[in-house]
Amino acid sequence: MSERSEELLDRLTQRFPDALEVVESIDQPTVVVKREELLAFAEHLKSVEGYVMFNDVLAADWFPAHPRFEVIYQVVHPESWQRFRFKCRIDEHEAVPSVVSVWPGANWPEREAYDLFGIVFEGHPQLTRIYLPDDWEGHPLRKDYPTGGNRID
Amino acid sequence: MGLNSTRAEAERGILLTTVEKMTRWAQKSSVWPATFGLACCAIEMMSVTSSRYDLARFGSEAFRASPRQADLMIVAGRVSQKMAPVLRTIWEQMPEPKWVISMGACASSGGVFDNYAIIQGVDHVVPVDVYVPGCPPTPDALMFAILKLREKIQMGLPPKYLELAGEGRRTS
Repeated sequence: MSERSEELLDRLTQRFPDALEVVESIDQPTVVVKREELLAFAEHLKSVEGYVMFNDVLAADWFPAHPRFEVIYQVVHPESWQRFRFKCRIDEHEAVPSVVSVWPGANWPEREAYDLFGIVFEGHPQLTRIYLPDDWEGHPLRKDYPTGGNRID
Repeated sequence: MGLNSTRAEAERGILLTTVEKMTRWAQKSSVWPATFGLACCAIEMMSVTSSRYDLARFGSEAFRASPRQADLMIVAGRVSQKMAPVLRTIWEQMPEPKWVISMGACASSGGVFDNYAIIQGVDHVVPVDVYVPGCPPTPDALMFAILKLREKIQMGLPPKYLELAGEGRRTS
């Protein structure tokens, strides 16, 4: 990891000493943030560190481990073109705070994660399905969802 | 001045047939497909009208953007659960008689997409007359299917949806 990334991680861990855990990654600085501090961390990342560009919200299902889900956020600093990744670990019936109030671009990606993984984003303006039909049952990218096609005959 | 032809000359210019045969010939010679390209099979479907394969030889080159002007629906590609009601609506909007070709493995059986998102065979949604195997089928294969369909029309066999509705008799 570059010197610049090390400095950034140092600054962040000093600012949020209890909420951050720096994790190993091969490409870009990555931290795991506690759910309670996620919104404050996001706000800080955008307004102080300048990561104003929001790329995507991803999710990973580590079934049957606990906590089961990992919500992954990708952000970009558009001037230095630095990328940054932060994750939040939650269990099945927990919710993560929505970061739409910080980055409006998170709106649709969060709906996608809700649609396919069933992750609830608290405070999202319109948390409805985005790809699948509204009356769909279940969340198909979960590990316990049946993998085969739905045969009618 | 040659305007009054003799009886022998007139008979040379007459063809005897039945109305049904004539209608069927007209029908099979202008089977206009609706554009329903859903995936990579559509690329092969497009090339079948190009100069190398030249589907115009059989009168089926006129792909219509409106289902109301089409006789044949070529389902070219995988049908997702969300596309199924759209496909059914378009099929219902086509004037009768109408035919369906299921092109490729995905449209016929779901193909490799054995998952939640894809209909496992378009015959769950619309009645299919001809299935074309292949992934994707070559333009020749699609053309063969259209020729088979022409044979079916020429023989007076009813389209699949009429067959399923119990009207499985020959129309003449």
